[in-house]
Amino acid sequence: MIGRRKTPQRKASARPSRTGLLNQLSGWLQHHRLSAADSLVRVIENPGSSLLTWLVIGIALALPVGLNVALDNVSQVSDGWESPAQISLFLQDGAATEEAQQLASELAEHKDVAGTRFISREEALNEFRELSGFADVLANLQENPLPNLILVTPLVTLDEPAVSALRAELEENSVVAEAVLDMEWLQRLNTLMELSRRIVLAVGGMLVVGVLLILGNTIRLAIENRRDEIVIVKLVGGSNGFVRRPFLYTGLWYGVGGGVLAAILVSSALWFLEDPISDLALLYESAFYLSGLGVMGALNLVILGGLLGLAGAWLAVSRHLVHIEPQ
Amino acid sequence: MITFDRVSKRYDEGHDALREINLHIGSEDFVFLTGHSGAGKSTMLRLIMLMDRPTRGQVIVNGQDLAAVRSRGIPKHRRNIGVVFQNHRLLFDRTVFDNVALPLVIAGYEHREIGRRVRAALDKVGLLDREWAMPKALSGGEQQRVGIARAVVGKPRILLADEPTGNLDPTLSAEIMNLFEQFNQVGVTVLIASHDLALISRLRHRIITLKQGYLISGGAQ
Repeated sequence: MIGRRKTPQRKASARPSRTGLLNQLSGWLQHHRLSAADSLVRVIENPGSSLLTWLVIGIALALPVGLNVALDNVSQVSDGWESPAQISLFLQDGAATEEAQQLASELAEHKDVAGTRFISREEALNEFRELSGFADVLANLQENPLPNLILVTPLVTLDEPAVSALRAELEENSVVAEAVLDMEWLQRLNTLMELSRRIVLAVGGMLVVGVLLILGNTIRLAIENRRDEIVIVKLVGGSNGFVRRPFLYTGLWYGVGGGVLAAILVSSALWFLEDPISDLALLYESAFYLSGLGVMGALNLVILGGLLGLAGAWLAVSRHLVHIEPQ
Repeated sequence: MITFDRVSKRYDEGHDALREINLHIGSEDFVFLTGHSGAGKSTMLRLIMLMDRPTRGQVIVNGQDLAAVRSRGIPKHRRNIGVVFQNHRLLFDRTVFDNVALPLVIAGYEHREIGRRVRAALDKVGLLDREWAMPKALSGGEQQRVGIARAVVGKPRILLADEPTGNLDPTLSAEIMNLFEQFNQVGVTVLIASHDLALISRLRHRIITLKQGYLISGGAQ
């Protein structure tokens, strides 16, 4: 056969198809661009089913994230109360104001005490009158029912048992009728918060697994729908990576869309709650305001969605794509 | 270019598709592979394409012992072979251009180069004006020519065809065969499986005949 039909074109045509490394890299990048764009078009071309997938992912992500934002807000409130703990010393009725003031300055010198504040019974009554709205009733009282009060702030470095011991020690004083350490409710709140956090974490974990499975299943269906195409691509020399790429991008788009929807859901829920909460805060004379997701939070949510999408797609692709071989 | 050395293929259910095949196809040869359906034509093509592995024996394609090609290497191996199928195997949701471009996209060619080569291939099969048509809008013969354009666009050294004229009338079949001859003339090794004896005997090329898995004629050059 050599020597026959020798034409100038022959050499060029018989050359094996080969491209330089740089060209291959740019071709690879080009296919990434193509796959990304093509799968995005496919996702958008089926708005119905895509929206459904986005919603499922969005809701599944919004639930734990929303709860977490709520918990963050609650702990922000409780942080303001947390330290330092305070011991309220209610003094005997018979104790004179001067005596009480002297005790307050004495206690301020105590090694475990950071500071004290004396509130005389008159001050207390005035404050109560202003805040409670019972001014009329109080005006009818013959005498001031409130005791003198010393607020003792223990050193921040004291741990709980030490603060309790301090309380007991202060109660020994003959002028003191009762020493109240109001910390238990705070401990309960903190324990409750910790519990809630763990519940949110567990629920979040389960929902994330759910999102992975949903995405995996969606991608599996996409793979089944394009089985013929996959076979053809493999027949003309497409590698597994080449076949995989568009499906990974499909997963990415579903995940990113879900993340965006989750961010929107959480933000609108917060917006929905904002007014009543600021009203409530006003009633408590608190400067509290609802802190939302923030730009970073929303961005993280979108990134998380994208990563989940990729992972779910990878799961489906690695399970199903290998089995599709030309027959 | 293609060598079969005592190749046998037995399928799991005990059916012997190929028995002790010895065969050599030289570079730039034009060879027909014929025989009744079930004689082993497709199995031979499948072994060359690495869609299957032989039970015994050695297949060498383009100097490469296929037993040494791992599954990761199969895509690269297939990129050096152009294949034309009886049922065309086109992507029906893509344009003619995209179908033909597929092997180049896979090989990672640059965008402009793809356009240039695809148009050259379409020009060669006479479908340049149908570049943006969908395959559904084309006739059977035109679809087959798209398949051929796709097979040759990557300038492979080997062109395989499995019953490429199976569904076409004699005139169209002759045109398709003429196309294959043109590619052979520019140096491509062509191997066509066909049971259309009337057509292939007119074309005066080497004919390999298989019968029940045995090679009965055309094995030696």
